[in-house]
Amino acid sequence: MNDQLKMLFQIFWTFFKIGPVTFGGGYAMIPLIEKEIVEKREWLKIDDVTDIFALAQSVPGAIALNASIFIGHRISGVKGSIAAMLGILLPTFIIVLSLGMLYMLIKDHPMVEAAFTSVRTTILALIVYAAKKIGKTAIFDKSTLCIVVAGVPILFFIHPIFVILIGMLMGVIIVWIKRKLGYFTILDRQHKEADGGSKDCSLSVEPLEKGG
Amino acid sequence: MILIQLFKTFVIIGFVSFGGGYAIIPIIEAEAIKHEWITAQQFIDIIGISGMSPGPIATNSAILVGHSVSGIIGAVISALGISLPSFILVLIIAAFFQKINHYSITKSIFYGLRPIVTSLIIYAALKFAITNNMISLYFSWHSLSLFIVFSLSLLSLWKLRWHPFLVILLSGFVGITIYS
Repeated sequence: MNDQLKMLFQIFWTFFKIGPVTFGGGYAMIPLIEKEIVEKREWLKIDDVTDIFALAQSVPGAIALNASIFIGHRISGVKGSIAAMLGILLPTFIIVLSLGMLYMLIKDHPMVEAAFTSVRTTILALIVYAAKKIGKTAIFDKSTLCIVVAGVPILFFIHPIFVILIGMLMGVIIVWIKRKLGYFTILDRQHKEADGGSKDCSLSVEPLEKGG
Repeated sequence: MILIQLFKTFVIIGFVSFGGGYAIIPIIEAEAIKHEWITAQQFIDIIGISGMSPGPIATNSAILVGHSVSGIIGAVISALGISLPSFILVLIIAAFFQKINHYSITKSIFYGLRPIVTSLIIYAALKFAITNNMISLYFSWHSLSLFIVFSLSLLSLWKLRWHPFLVILLSGFVGITIYS
């Protein structure tokens, strides 16, 4: 019982620390998840993080919140998901209310504005780094690279939820066609690495990172 | 009672809020003004604060609407209301996912879905840069300085593998030094 409480508190505390960095659509938290949850706590592998964000995308609600609930559930069931949800919500709750009360005072304060100008740029760097991290597990052959490259411009015109559905459908169709043509398709990177093919994988993400 | 109405309204909004972003702001605005919780002018300030704060903009504005209606308790009720649908739906999907995970069709779906997540992140980065006026086609010292801050941030995350907190903190100090 005590061990479980300790675990739940650890989950809560980990997400509490990640909460203040969920700017810009929630992806900026990925580098932190990698540091705190994958490397430090070893609760998940980076490949799991990719799949969790894929699922978090497909559910209504904010991605940061969805992903936290997913991860909490993966670590420690329903109780874990509650701990993660409260952990991710509480800091932003406190911050947004304090800013709300201070708003009139700090709205035009040059120092706050100056700090935020730089911090926003760093948040952009965090999102780009997240794209590299996730891209590394998602892209391992020509078809997956093509989906990524085609997906970005399409997103400027079509609602993300339809793009997600198109992506799922593309996966099924591509695998089906390849199978009909007699190719054996490797369906995730772990298997590819087992076959010794990880080298061309890391090469194939290079041009993309510059594009992002 | 007003708290129940707040909760109910935000639960319904939570269920339809795909992406958690700017798309549901008009819905929150329409509901809040219809119930006479706030004025249109107040809502503009709420959007300003929500955009500045971390966290999903929809949750942030729900918290602030709740707060202006009935203080801290209103804010708590609104935050829980808009988050409850995510919680329920994610748990359903997570339980369901464990059952279907080993089918080959699921693996095919993920084969296409994972690259789309990458596209979405790249898209989010571009959108973030555009809405914050970081992309400029003309040369200026300001855009050059932003580019340098961006490059140094990326370098310290990617190559030096610094902790993201440290990078953000340093960036804040750099901002105060060079932009004020």
